[in-house]
Amino acid sequence: MLEIKGLCASIDGREILKGIDLTIGPGETHAIMGPNGSGKSTLSYVLAGRDGYEVTGGSVLFQGEELLEQDPEDRSRAGLFLAFQYPLEIPGVGTSTFLRTAVNAHRKARGEDELDPMSFVKLVRQKTKELGIRQDMLKRPVNVGFSGGEKKRNEILQMAMLEPALAVLDETDSGLDIDALKVVSDGVNALRAPDRSFLVITHYQRLLNYIVPDHVHVLSDGRIIRSGGPELAHALEADGYAGVIAEAAA
Amino acid sequence: MTVPSDTTVAAYRGQFQAARRSLPGAGQDWADTLRDTGMRRFEAAGFPTRRAEAWKYTDLRKLAKLDLQPAPATVNGLSPVLQVEARRAKAAAHSAVFVNGHFRADLSRLDTLPDGVRLVPLRQLLEAGDPLVAAHLGRVLEHAVDERPLLDLNTAFMEDGFVLHLARGTVLEAPIRISVLTEQSDTPVGVFPRNLIVAEPGSEATVVETHVSVDGTASLGDSVTEIVVGDGARLRHYKRQEDGSSAHHLATILADIGRDATYDNFILTRGAELSRNDIHARLAGRGGDCRLCGSYLGDRRQVLDTTTVIEHASPDCTSRQVYKGVLGDAARGVFQGRVVVARDAQRTDGYQLSNALLLSPSAEIDAKPELEIYADDVKCSHGATAGEIDGDALFYLRCRGIGEAEARALLIEAFVQEALEDLADADVRAEFEQAVTGWLADLGTPS
Repeated sequence: MLEIKGLCASIDGREILKGIDLTIGPGETHAIMGPNGSGKSTLSYVLAGRDGYEVTGGSVLFQGEELLEQDPEDRSRAGLFLAFQYPLEIPGVGTSTFLRTAVNAHRKARGEDELDPMSFVKLVRQKTKELGIRQDMLKRPVNVGFSGGEKKRNEILQMAMLEPALAVLDETDSGLDIDALKVVSDGVNALRAPDRSFLVITHYQRLLNYIVPDHVHVLSDGRIIRSGGPELAHALEADGYAGVIAEAAA
Repeated sequence: MTVPSDTTVAAYRGQFQAARRSLPGAGQDWADTLRDTGMRRFEAAGFPTRRAEAWKYTDLRKLAKLDLQPAPATVNGLSPVLQVEARRAKAAAHSAVFVNGHFRADLSRLDTLPDGVRLVPLRQLLEAGDPLVAAHLGRVLEHAVDERPLLDLNTAFMEDGFVLHLARGTVLEAPIRISVLTEQSDTPVGVFPRNLIVAEPGSEATVVETHVSVDGTASLGDSVTEIVVGDGARLRHYKRQEDGSSAHHLATILADIGRDATYDNFILTRGAELSRNDIHARLAGRGGDCRLCGSYLGDRRQVLDTTTVIEHASPDCTSRQVYKGVLGDAARGVFQGRVVVARDAQRTDGYQLSNALLLSPSAEIDAKPELEIYADDVKCSHGATAGEIDGDALFYLRCRGIGEAEARALLIEAFVQEALEDLADADVRAEFEQAVTGWLADLGTPS
C-alpha cells in the first residue's frame, strides 16, 4: 500500500524529516506518535504534496507508483486522503458543492460518469446518516463558522465520500472534547476495511483507545526511533516521550 | 482640470453643427439650449485627461483619437451574440431594446405595462417636447456634480434612450429589461444613450439593463442616466455589461434620492476594452438608503473603472457599497469611492468595501476611498483589500482530488458570489451568476 524509504524533507532549508522508513500493508492501521516538533505534520503534508516542503532524499511508493512526483489532486484520485489537523474555511463554497465537485473529480479520473444531482444527494444523505452528521452542515460554506468538532466530522464525511485506500489522520484528536472524539473515532472505525489502511498521527495516546492501531511508531527529531504494537502507546502514556527518546539514544 | 485636444474637439464640433438641426427636439428652445450648452462645455473641457484628479487612473487618449461616426440606425438582422439578448428581451415581462442607440419597437415589449408605468423612447418625448423630459433632462443633480465632459458630450449628441415614469404609489412586480445592443461595424461608432427614470413617491420597480456589443468593433457608448427616486419610492437598478473587446463603455449615473427612498444599484462588468461607471448619488431627504454594489471581471488589458460619489445631504440615511473585482492577465481595476457627509447629516451610517482578487502579477487595482465628514454623529467605515487566491484553500481543494484549474475557478466564483449576494432579485442573480460562470470558463487555466 505505502512504502516510505529514507524520506528526508526540509522547509526553508531546515531539515525536518531525516530518513523515515515506514511500510503500511493493506488493511493495516499504523499510528505515529511523537512530541511537538518531531516532524509529524511535515510527514503528512509531504505525503499530501503541499508546496513549501522540499524533499531532499528518499522515495515514497503508493499503490506501487512513485507518489512524490504527483500533484496533490492526482494523489487524492489515486486513493490518498489527508484529514487536516486544521481544516480550511472556504467562504462562498457550499459544503455540498465542494463534496460533489470532489466526488465527480474522482469519478472522472476513473473514467466514470459524473453523479447526477439526485444520485449525489442520495449518496451524501446515506453517508451523513451513517456518520450521525446533521444535514444542515451541507448547506453551509465549507467549515465556515463550524465548531472544532464539526470541522473534524466534515473531514470524516469527505473521507467516507471519497473512500480512499489510505487515510492519513493528522492530529484528528486536537481540539476535540471526549464526545466529539468518540463520534469521529466511530466514523473512522466504520470505514476500516481489509483493503483500506490508516496512518493515525497523534501526540496523545487517548485517540488510540478509540482507533486501535496494529502498529505504533515513535517519531523523534525526524526519525522513527521505535516501533511496536499497541502496547507501545500505553508505555508512552505511562513514561512520557522523554524516557523512550533517552532509551533510544542510549 | 482637462485640456481640450483641438483636433478632437473640432471634429465633434463639426459633427454637431452638421447634425444640430436634425437631432430630436431641434427647434424647441429648451432642447436647443440644452444641447448648445452641452457642446459649449465639452468644447471648453475636451475629453478628460489623467491630469484631472477624477481621471488619474483611467486614460482616454486612445478613445479621443478614434474617428467616431454615428452608428447606422438601420440594421438588417442581428449578430448571434445580440440575438441571445434579443430573445431574453422577448421573453421578459416588459422590455425595451435599443440597437446602435435606436429604439426597436419590433424587438421590445411595452404593451404589457400596467397603468401608472410609462416606458417611452426618449426620441419620441424629445420631439414632442414632453413636459417630464423638459423638466428633468439635464437637471438631476445639476448643481451637485463637478465638471463632466462626457455628460456634456452626451447632452449635445443624445438621440434616444429610455424614459421610465412610475406614477405615485405604482408597484411594478416584474423587472423591466433594457437591452442596449451595438452591432458590428468596420468603422468606429459612437452612441450616446440618454435615459431618465422618475419614480414618483411610493412607487417601486426593478430595472435590469444589459449591454452587449460585438467583439472587434471599436465603439464609444457614452451613456447618461438621470434618476429621481421620490419620497418613499424604491428603485432597484441592475446592469450587466458584456460589451465587445474593443468597446469603450462610459456610463454616468446621477441619482437624486428622496426621503425614506431606496436606490439600489448593482453592476456586473465583464466586457469592453475600457469601462467606467461614474455614479453620483445624493441622499437628499431624511431616512434615505443608497446601495451601490457590483463586481468586475477583467482579463487581457481591460480597464475597469468604478467611480462613485455618495452625498449624505440629510440625516438618518444609510449607504452601502461593496465592490469585488477579479483581475487576470494585465487587466487593471480602478475603484474611487467618495462619501461626503454634510454638516447636518447626523446619524449617517455609511459602509464601503472594495476587494480585488489579482490572478496574475501584471494585474493591478488602484483603489482610492475618500471620506469627507462634516457631521459629528456618524458611523462610516471603509476598507480596501487586494490579494491573490488563498494558497492554503487551493491546496485543501486539490487534496480532495479537485484539479487546480477547477479549484481556482471555485475559489474565484466564491469570491464573486459574496458580491452577488447583494442582488435582491433571485432571477437577476441567477442570470448574473451565469455570466460569471461564463467568464470563468473563458478564462481557462490562469498561468
